[in-house]
Amino acid sequence: MKKVLVIILLITIGYFLVETFVDIPFGENRIGNIDANNNTVAGYYLSNTIEKTKVANVITAIVVNYRGLDTLGEVTVLFLASTGLASILYRRKEEEEDVERLNLPSSRLMRTGIRVLFPTIVLLGIYVFIHGHLTPGGGFQGGTIVATGFLLMLITYKGFNTNHNRMAWIESLAGLSFVGIGIWGLLSGNTFLENSSEVGVLNSLISGGLIPVIYIVVGLKVAVELTGILDILLKIKPKK
Amino acid sequence: MQEQFNEIFIRYHEIITLGVYGTSIALILIGLYAVLIKKNLVKIVIGLTIMDAGIHLLFVGIGYIQGGTAPIFSPGYENAADRMVDPVPQALVLTAIIIGFAITAVALSLIIRLYKHHNTAKIDQIKFLKW
Amino acid sequence: MIFIILLILMAVVLLAAAIYSVIHRDLLFAVMGTGIVSVILSLFFYILQAPDVALTEAAIGIALTTIIFIITIRNTSRDEDEIIDKENESL
Repeated sequence: MKKVLVIILLITIGYFLVETFVDIPFGENRIGNIDANNNTVAGYYLSNTIEKTKVANVITAIVVNYRGLDTLGEVTVLFLASTGLASILYRRKEEEEDVERLNLPSSRLMRTGIRVLFPTIVLLGIYVFIHGHLTPGGGFQGGTIVATGFLLMLITYKGFNTNHNRMAWIESLAGLSFVGIGIWGLLSGNTFLENSSEVGVLNSLISGGLIPVIYIVVGLKVAVELTGILDILLKIKPKK
Repeated sequence: MQEQFNEIFIRYHEIITLGVYGTSIALILIGLYAVLIKKNLVKIVIGLTIMDAGIHLLFVGIGYIQGGTAPIFSPGYENAADRMVDPVPQALVLTAIIIGFAITAVALSLIIRLYKHHNTAKIDQIKFLKW
Repeated sequence: MIFIILLILMAVVLLAAAIYSVIHRDLLFAVMGTGIVSVILSLFFYILQAPDVALTEAAIGIALTTIIFIITIRNTSRDEDEIIDKENESL
């Protein structure tokens, strides 16, 4: 009985969704010509990115410069998720002294391979979030790649421990410097998170003012948070 | 690949429209079915993940412009601003993917805690255990 | 002509992997189905000229979501309809 009702509900929702989206033809040009009297948001972003911010990647300019407050909210959501997860899976220190991780024996192939792969993966992640304003990439992508490298090390070697105290310091300093950049914009006479320094030429590494600095800070914070989440999850003892 | 996609696009316009939107709406409905009917909590979270994937595909599919290119000003292409796809839905989807992952992580940690307390992960057996 | 056949094939595999991961009873195979959905979705994002979104979906959906699900399955049951016997079933 319940299945029949649910299927009727799904067919109704599907019919109305299809009927709505048939009126939006796929691939139609809704921006128009990029000239002076273009009154769409995307037209404004596409025509003013090079002059005002000197950044080659339009998505980076939107996420960090035009919508910088949303990025601050997203970093806050990730921080709340990491803190909430750590406090739900809390374990007291007096129960066990030596908390061991997932102890499966790792083969020789993994141990030899990870020793070469780990610096390469971390280097790739740092490259992605430093060059976020020139090529596709940015803080979130680079931070995730670095966290994947740390996950490989955590699975393979049993003696590899991450220092939670140091990670907490890096994360706090990164978050404070993001808000500090915003307040510095406020104190120097402009709006919050205003990109006020005009340095460099287009398509070189030092360009775009404060945008690469913000993305480096965000990348470090995301990498450290995701490593902390994975480290806590791997230390739970299954109840068997 | 760009020229092939353009000429296919002009000939089969209706089918491609229905195909792209139909795939993403089908993903949303599959995910919604798993959330409404299944009893295991991990299956419900899998359904939420599939629903997120469908919604993200729908957003990026709306922003596509025929004959458009990726919105990055490479060296030598600084005047290509009138040939780019819409960059606004891509920025929204970038944020949405990360927030979806954060929600999945917190939901799964709650499920682990619930399993340790009640010794089951099905929602129709949690009501009848001794408390 | 080959290109549109490949696109239709990718869409069919996407829907088949999604239906498989919802219906199947062993939870580990369902998680692998979600991983396949993320891989094909990342390729779709690249075809729709969105490289940033493709990178993000590939990094988060393939690596991190799968490992978090596997750790959860390890700490809960692997079978979907696991019945455990309790003392007071007549409550």
